[in-house]
Amino acid sequence: MIKIEVASDPMLCSGHAACPGCIDALSVRHVLAAMGPDTMAVIPPSCMAIIAGPQPMSSLRIPVYQPTLEASAAAATGLRRALNAQGKHDTQVIVLAGDGGTYDIGFQCLSSAAERNEDFLYFCLDNEGYMNTGAQKSSSTPHFARTGSTPAGKTSRKKNLTEIMAAHGVPYVATASAGHLPDLLRKVAKAKAMRGTRIISLLIPCMDGWGVADDDGLKTARYAVESGAYPLYEVEDGRNYTLNHTTKTRPIADYLALQRRYRHMQADDIETLQAEIDDGWETLQHRAAASRR
Amino acid sequence: MTSQDKPILLNGNQAIAWGARLARPKVVPVYPITPQTPVLEQLTEFQAQGTFDAEIVLPESEHSVMSACIPASLVGVRVFTATASQGLLLMHELLHYASGARAPIVMANVNRTVASPWAFWPDQTDSLAQRDTGWIQYYVESAQEALDTVIQAYRVAEEVLVPTMVNLDAFYVSHAVEPVQVPSQALVDAYLPAFAPLHRLDTENVESWGNVVTQDMFYRHRQALDEAMALVPELAEQADQEWLKRTGRSHGVVERYRCDGASTVIVTMGSMCGTARDAVDSMRAAGMSVGLVKVRLFRPLPTAALREALTGIEEVIVLDRNYSPGLGGVLHQELRAALYGTSVTPRIHGLLAGVGGVNVSVDKIIEFVNQAGMHEAQPESLWVR
Repeated sequence: MIKIEVASDPMLCSGHAACPGCIDALSVRHVLAAMGPDTMAVIPPSCMAIIAGPQPMSSLRIPVYQPTLEASAAAATGLRRALNAQGKHDTQVIVLAGDGGTYDIGFQCLSSAAERNEDFLYFCLDNEGYMNTGAQKSSSTPHFARTGSTPAGKTSRKKNLTEIMAAHGVPYVATASAGHLPDLLRKVAKAKAMRGTRIISLLIPCMDGWGVADDDGLKTARYAVESGAYPLYEVEDGRNYTLNHTTKTRPIADYLALQRRYRHMQADDIETLQAEIDDGWETLQHRAAASRR
Repeated sequence: MTSQDKPILLNGNQAIAWGARLARPKVVPVYPITPQTPVLEQLTEFQAQGTFDAEIVLPESEHSVMSACIPASLVGVRVFTATASQGLLLMHELLHYASGARAPIVMANVNRTVASPWAFWPDQTDSLAQRDTGWIQYYVESAQEALDTVIQAYRVAEEVLVPTMVNLDAFYVSHAVEPVQVPSQALVDAYLPAFAPLHRLDTENVESWGNVVTQDMFYRHRQALDEAMALVPELAEQADQEWLKRTGRSHGVVERYRCDGASTVIVTMGSMCGTARDAVDSMRAAGMSVGLVKVRLFRPLPTAALREALTGIEEVIVLDRNYSPGLGGVLHQELRAALYGTSVTPRIHGLLAGVGGVNVSVDKIIEFVNQAGMHEAQPESLWVR
């Protein structure tokens, strides 16, 4: 049993508007506690924007700027540069965006900000679809997953955002999950101490969008890691790969069985998906091994 | 009191960059586009020389430019940018966002045709298509006016917390070189107080922007924007008068050129005013009672000043270097609306002249004036060349 110290004075307060059992709210509570009060957040339209609360309420104890959906990294740039102009170099600028606002409509400006190595910490709260509009597919939605816009299951694979962002050569790109909280907290602390563009993707199992029981969010997150569907790893300076959870101990079928979005899958589809995951896992092993040489 | 005895040769783009430099913005996100690019290059050159202390951001698009401008302004620093044509259109969503956020950004826009088809000529449809986005809009005629207006724009924008666009015609203003008086930094610093907004994004005094609001809050928010806009013509006039005291130069909000005793006036905006002045001079020399009304502030439309300027005028010839499909000339139709139901009832002839950058010469303007006098005014704008 690992005992985790959580700040008693939370930065994300109770009374927020998240669904029961929401892993988004749970994850952000830990992220904000680690970031501390000298932090400013950009939150585009997403589940997190709803959780942040309607005017004049706010569930966050830090200033929040809500930009247009496609502009988070550009908005974070504007905040950062203005704070720099005021000499407030220690104030952290973070983004709390969904996968729609990151993988899809916000991708162009994120790539540009990463190319400029703008100094902010970008959290992609990846629930693998447009959950705030009732669960439609994004380019983060995995192969075969059923959504409101892919009722027969998605026919293409999930975009590999971590690899793409790492290819920009930014100081830090990582995946993390509330299901492995010590690892998540370590990554936030590590990224907070760095400068430049830092990107952490958090897998956010979505009760409603994935069809997961209210009390199964963390279990689902753990199964995602243990099956290799969502490997936990870090890439520093675009080159140095570290695999944080080094074993793959579950068949993908265990992970799929927890979720309604995969219930239509036939045995051969599951085999195909297992092969894709094995392939991705092997690639990652090679990269991590190459980094150690 | 003028600050510098000898003017220097600048084109409109360089004059814009000088105006921006003198206003001391702290964040300048900017993306190049013909014919605005020299503004960007002049600002980066100033910075490289060490004469411009700003965070210059060079993102991948005008969309990201404006997306960065807004929160930077909300942090409480002065923000400048410049664009043209397609770039302005790409910003469209953010233009609304900026005025909604009450971010007093100042942006120069070089008026250029809007594709398709592709073209690079002077045409004001790009910025006139943004007239409902909640930005104050100026239209300038010369490089000198471009420099002066950028500085005046900050004074007005920051007083009412409304973003402001300074529009200059492609090439006729942006690339035409002329002697420009560059005021001293001390003069501009004295004219333009430091930007210190009451509300800002600050971790020591936590406030947020953008959270979802109720119908009632949205309604009141738009009403507050309307109240701010209503103050602008008076504030723009004051800003111009104060500039006059310090520099000896004034451009007005609505300028009346040789309108005393005029029975006919030409109404237009931007570079066409220069040609119209020459046409007025020729016609006055020939004994015709013709004047020019230049609309320098277009948003908010200074309706009181326009009604006053057109009182007692018989014929009004509006020259529109823009085209709104299904409506006609934007200035023509706005002017008709401004006078409708008032006691000011000139015959208003709307001419689509110069659309797409077609040259409008002095002789053509004289011809338009002569022809207008022979016809009844039509409610629709007419294609002329």
